[in-house]
Amino acid sequence: MSTTEHHGQRADDMVDQARDPALDPEHFFIEPGEPWPDDVPRDQDVHWWRFRDDPKGARKAELKIIALWGVVPLCAIALMILYVVGGQPQLEGLFLGTAMICLATGLVIWARDLLPGHEVTAKRNHQGGSGRLERTGAVVSLSRGIEGMARRPFLVRMLGGVIGIFGLAMAFPIASLGARPHRSLYKTGWATGKRLVDEDGRPLRPDDLPVNGILTVFPEGDSHANEAESDKDPQSATVLINLGDAKFDVRPGTQDWNVRSSTGLIVAFSKICTHAGCPVGLYNTQSHQLVCPCHQSTFDVLGGCNPVFGPASRSLPQLPLGVNADGYLVSTSDYKEPVGPGFWNRS
Amino acid sequence: MSATKQRLAAEKRMKVERMALDQVDDRINSSSFVQKALDHIFPDHWAFMVGEIAMYCFVVLLVTGTYLALYYTPSSADVVYHPTPGHGYMPLAGQHMSEAYFSTLNLSFDVRAGLVVRQIHHWAAVVFMAAIAFHLCRVFFTGAFRKPRETNYVIGLTLLLVVMLEGFSGYSLPDDLLSGTGLRVVFSIVESIPFIGTWLAFDLWGSGFPGSSLIPRLFVVHEFLFPLLIIGLLSAHLALIWRQGHTDFPAPGKTETNIRGSRVWPQYALKSGALLLFVFGVLALLGGLIQINPIWIYGAYNPYAVSAGSQPDWYVGWLDGAVRLWPHWEFRSFGHEIANPFFPGVLIPGLLFTVMYAWPAIDKRIYRDDAYHNLLDRPRDKPFRTAVGVAAITFFTICTLASATDLLGNDTHIAFERLIEILQIGVFVAPVLAGAIAYKACVALQRTGNHVIMQPVGGILIRTADGAYHTLGDEHHGHGEIHDHVDGNGGGNGRGDGNGGGNGHDDAELEEPVVGGKPQAPGDPNLG
Repeated sequence: MSTTEHHGQRADDMVDQARDPALDPEHFFIEPGEPWPDDVPRDQDVHWWRFRDDPKGARKAELKIIALWGVVPLCAIALMILYVVGGQPQLEGLFLGTAMICLATGLVIWARDLLPGHEVTAKRNHQGGSGRLERTGAVVSLSRGIEGMARRPFLVRMLGGVIGIFGLAMAFPIASLGARPHRSLYKTGWATGKRLVDEDGRPLRPDDLPVNGILTVFPEGDSHANEAESDKDPQSATVLINLGDAKFDVRPGTQDWNVRSSTGLIVAFSKICTHAGCPVGLYNTQSHQLVCPCHQSTFDVLGGCNPVFGPASRSLPQLPLGVNADGYLVSTSDYKEPVGPGFWNRS
Repeated sequence: MSATKQRLAAEKRMKVERMALDQVDDRINSSSFVQKALDHIFPDHWAFMVGEIAMYCFVVLLVTGTYLALYYTPSSADVVYHPTPGHGYMPLAGQHMSEAYFSTLNLSFDVRAGLVVRQIHHWAAVVFMAAIAFHLCRVFFTGAFRKPRETNYVIGLTLLLVVMLEGFSGYSLPDDLLSGTGLRVVFSIVESIPFIGTWLAFDLWGSGFPGSSLIPRLFVVHEFLFPLLIIGLLSAHLALIWRQGHTDFPAPGKTETNIRGSRVWPQYALKSGALLLFVFGVLALLGGLIQINPIWIYGAYNPYAVSAGSQPDWYVGWLDGAVRLWPHWEFRSFGHEIANPFFPGVLIPGLLFTVMYAWPAIDKRIYRDDAYHNLLDRPRDKPFRTAVGVAAITFFTICTLASATDLLGNDTHIAFERLIEILQIGVFVAPVLAGAIAYKACVALQRTGNHVIMQPVGGILIRTADGAYHTLGDEHHGHGEIHDHVDGNGGGNGRGDGNGGGNGHDDAELEEPVVGGKPQAPGDPNLG
């Protein structure tokens, strides 16, 4: 037998098998020897493709693919030129996207129109799981170990306990992920005699703030634009407001917490929203309300920054103000309660 | 080329293929697997493409994310921005910012193709979540989560959660004003958790807010932990789809025991590869042409500043909206308090996801259906399930709307207070209303009769109570006749939701209509 003949014969075998699915049941996931299921058609042409009997249509599809793929190298060249001349985001996206979409569309036409195997029906695998014999086999194998272990119940329990204790030791480093809160949520940078400074670190006199003026202030030496970011204590951010002649509802025990300038009453409240901690940044000078831009909690400044709308349920804490011997605004103490949102151990 | 030459060339190619496969098979005995893999069948339906789109978004995210990671510095260290004209964003010149924000500016303005890659990355994340959400809806409404696919549903839901966290952690990395404000809110939500909240928040952030540890930590989880989890879960998701076979919509000739569609080779492989390119291409167009997350406009994060109109990415919107809608309730007693953000920020999403995780079990109870399903439900055939799904989508939509009350207020000239009050009522009323409408619509659609593709072929084989069989003729093929595949497969249907209008059969007389004249219980001696 010559080599050519030999190979020819093998190829013929293969073609024969492919032509008759019954000879090659694996094709439709039917095990050898298994009866042919009724819901799998026998006469499926697995080599069918859309334009097999339509050379004109096939040629047209081929031309479409050629045109689409022809765009890809053009885009590639454009991208290379773009890179060399310095790049341009819009054009980069345009050429990148066009190239990939053209490549993709060509591939889809190739698969849909010119390649075999559009739709076939086969048997589904793993219907209803394995047979009784296989299932029993699995149980036997599993129980071989389980039964052996169950003979020594103490060892099983001890293993559980040992792993538990060891796991506990492994969990300890979680504690060093962060500092303990301790009293840090109760404290801010404010203290007796701390001067109020603006964002640029300039100390303020009462008359620096015009009527209806609002300014974000910080304790001196705490937050400067020219200091390192890590020095900032965001808990200390405070809004300073000149209420003019509006009637401010002073709460009992807070009579001397405000300062009167030549133009009006100056009050200071924490800028940290008591709901979710966003800076309460929007001030409505007509209604004297502070609004949080995050969730629209609204605080009535004249009523002592009590919440009048939105999800916040606690007033913004007030900062006790005073004026020092040099005429600068100072805080006379820290906030009397924790600023910002609630937390579990807030008392 | 002559026919002989073509034949010879084909033989030659086959010889090469055989040689290559033989080389592998000699070593790992692979031929059986290779043939099964190449012949594997996936049903063709556009709705099945959405999960694939999600997967390919992830591929795009891996590719673009790697490029971004080369230029990004995960550090909160303070630096001053000194751009040179033409290379950088001049309005921010001289400003203090974190190194994270600084490097994000640099990779947007100085690194070649940096901006387009960053925008493709962000668009891919947004589309990823949208595709997952759509995929989940498809799975829910068509009952694809039913036995035997409950596990894969749970894996998919976990993927949704992890991808949400992955998205949010990535969104927070640039340390711009918008994302920093989002982190401040998240810190408050964590702080509000009873018992452990305060300590948990300090452990996650390393200190009080904002601290300097979070950005490097976010980088580790965004770059390593979550992607690893996603790859693991996605692999399990795909392996189960491969093992169990894909579900399919019912159609003439389709049964629970067969599968129809394209084979992996060459149809499905080429089309799926093309889909990857297509997804990448569309994301590239979006990333190039439509601006997303312009962090240079927001500015660097600064804990005492915030701008109006602070909205997170769309998939976090419903949480932000819930936080806005929850009334000003919090509970204080015995020296402890459960702060307001806990309820909308932890409790409600926790309950929602519990129901979502439990849904396959709930569904099983409602429909008393523990049967094995490969054919999908049409949403109309399970009106209650469809109503629940529509109500849930309405709830998420109202919450998402609520996260934009400030913007909506500006656009509609309605005070944001009124909008919030409307939505506070709407979040209860609208889902119930939408669910009721969906239920009615399903029932009405059932009455319009079966779709043509649902008509059985080859007559209907009926088994009577005494075990005899006979075939129903054409007189029973009239308009409005419904043959439920679920019932046909012995699944049973406690509520009768699966059945449309009367099908003309007397159930007492006819136990089991069998579709397509084919036995549904293979091996039944009466039919074999």
